[in-house]
Amino acid sequence: MVTDNKPSLVAINVDGVEHLVPAGANLVDVLGRIGREVPHYCYHPKLPVAGNCRMCLVELGSPMRDRATNEVILENGKPKIGWQPKPAIACATTVSPGLHVKLDSPVVKSCREGVTEMLLVNHPLDCPICDQAGECKLQEYSAEYGRGASRYDHEKNAKPKRSRLGPRVTLDDERCILCSRCVRFTSEVAKDPVLGFVNRGSFNTLTCFPGRELDHNYSLNTVDICPVGALTSTDFRFKMRVWFLKQTPSVDTESSAGANTIVWSREGVIHRITPRRNDAVNDTWMADSGRELYKQVTAENRLRHATVRGARATAEEALAAASEVLAAGPLAVVGSGRLSVEEQGLLARIVSARGAAAYVPAHVGKGDGLLVSEDRTPNFRGALVTGLTAREADADLRALAADIESGKVRALLICREDVTALGLSATLLAKVRTVVIGTHADATTAAAEVVIPGLTVFEKHGTFINCQFRLQAFAQAVPGPAGVMPDALTLARLAGADAGLVWQDLSALPQLTGLDGAKLPAEGVQLDGSAWSRLRFPEGRLLKVATPA
Amino acid sequence: MAVKVVERRPLTLAERTYLPQILAGLRVTWENMVRPPVTLQYPDERPAIPQNYRGVPTLVRDPEGREKCVSCQLCEFVCPPKAIRITPGEIPADAPTAHVEKAPKEFEINMLRCIYCGLCQEVCPEEAIWLQTQYSMTGLSREAMVNDKARLYELGGTLPDAHRKWDVKKTEAERQAGGAH
Repeated sequence: MVTDNKPSLVAINVDGVEHLVPAGANLVDVLGRIGREVPHYCYHPKLPVAGNCRMCLVELGSPMRDRATNEVILENGKPKIGWQPKPAIACATTVSPGLHVKLDSPVVKSCREGVTEMLLVNHPLDCPICDQAGECKLQEYSAEYGRGASRYDHEKNAKPKRSRLGPRVTLDDERCILCSRCVRFTSEVAKDPVLGFVNRGSFNTLTCFPGRELDHNYSLNTVDICPVGALTSTDFRFKMRVWFLKQTPSVDTESSAGANTIVWSREGVIHRITPRRNDAVNDTWMADSGRELYKQVTAENRLRHATVRGARATAEEALAAASEVLAAGPLAVVGSGRLSVEEQGLLARIVSARGAAAYVPAHVGKGDGLLVSEDRTPNFRGALVTGLTAREADADLRALAADIESGKVRALLICREDVTALGLSATLLAKVRTVVIGTHADATTAAAEVVIPGLTVFEKHGTFINCQFRLQAFAQAVPGPAGVMPDALTLARLAGADAGLVWQDLSALPQLTGLDGAKLPAEGVQLDGSAWSRLRFPEGRLLKVATPA
Repeated sequence: MAVKVVERRPLTLAERTYLPQILAGLRVTWENMVRPPVTLQYPDERPAIPQNYRGVPTLVRDPEGREKCVSCQLCEFVCPPKAIRITPGEIPADAPTAHVEKAPKEFEINMLRCIYCGLCQEVCPEEAIWLQTQYSMTGLSREAMVNDKARLYELGGTLPDAHRKWDVKKTEAERQAGGAH
């Protein structure tokens, strides 16, 4: 165990070349990092080592020592290397000082060729209809390390195809190479062991426990880690080939856990969302519920144009009407943890410029202890950092309702919140002049005087601050509906600010000093959240948050 | 620039009468009048097209009438002018060809874009797309020049299947269902 902060390095020798690598690291990880990838199926950096696929066999050796004196034996002035008589699996090897590895020897090559040939013995020729084609490890390694032709002239094993493992996962047992990644994931990470192998030899088959289904909220991670096309997503099944899809880094907005994601789109249509590795937040996992959020982009009730008093309006007309409403009298602002940091910063400018009262409603659900937290907004911490609010999220809007009743508030700016679900009835909204910036039609937009459409997280870029106070960027994956302005631009126009310069103001904030939202590293930036340590946040334990904040 | 005066050779009597030239020309005319024609009365007459001709790309069925395309979208990927557009779909579980699982829901080839290169035929792992002998594509609108799935099968017809890959697979699965190995 390394106790000091200095990274302790050891020297290993790969095919005659010395490398300095972190001590105690897994050999597969280390070799991947120095650009000498070892083919592997069953090994996954975030799962326990199983060592059953045998694809990562390499030759290992170490300097020989004299048994009597424990001195290193020299040969021609160099340490004499004692090579292990048989190849060993790299995934079950941790690096040690002086470790020697052969990756290119005839033995290693014949091992890989043999393993590949045996895996392909019963593998169906399904690539044309298999969703994994294009991102299939078996396909890649067969091309790279296989012999190119089959010597097996018997009939292939037939196993169940197109079987339903759960509501979101379809299993093709013929394609399974029995790596057991999914089995280990469900038992070790999801803590809901429902998968296992039955039968023996070539009858060996992946299946669910009797009477059970793979139905927990992390089931689609088994699809991500499946190295072949055995486990496929029922939602994405036969939708689009992966080689057509553009990958855009994004952030899961379903909760303040802020799992990092990749949005896969083609020609402006999103086809799937998968997790993006971030060891500080979500490892390589994400919840199934967050993968369906792309459907909000094409939802029936999507707002596609502005309205003023119920009539369709252009963006400019709506902005003019909104400015007039905001100037109508004492203003209150309902912000949201769904807004990005940039939008919250601009909204905070409006709040301070007009002396408005600001509310950020709370959306609390049940946390699962992994990657769905209790706070169901992605960016409540952003509202704190940008100064939009200084208190805990508002459980209800009763104070605002009282202000409207008493006439203390005459104008209302609502961003990305359905206030009718939070205690402001439509009759109460009729007593104030209301501007709503939202993405989908709801009872609030129906009651508002001016409705300005906004963009979903997939159609704009910006940053969120998750419950660990980690600033993370999301990029635009697809274009928004024609004529719809980014929310930040709308708010900038209402605030009389320049949306392009928003980070000049934000970087003046104490927690964001020197940062630029457009130039964040992929893994995000950890901010100092100690200023709010007295607040009580709803979040409990999460995958990477041991103790509640 | 110096001018060089070239002395012109005087014409002979035969040349001055033009008769040899006229007769030579008439000979060519007469020869062609009696020679069998090399042209065709297109479009009433059509040329014989060799089997390896690269005509309009079409989709074909196997001798059992199953559509061979499984919408793997490799042709869409390889198509240099991006003329092909496929919407993949799933074969319902109760269909006779359910074991193939996947088939195109929609398949469009834009013949205004197609360059008849034949890469789609070359890349097809199921031998489902063929550039056959149809060479004349006309239409009165841009939409009419986009061949949809029904039209592609109508143009393609049925071709023999030497591999019968999916039939073999189905037979084997049925045999093994009885516990055979």
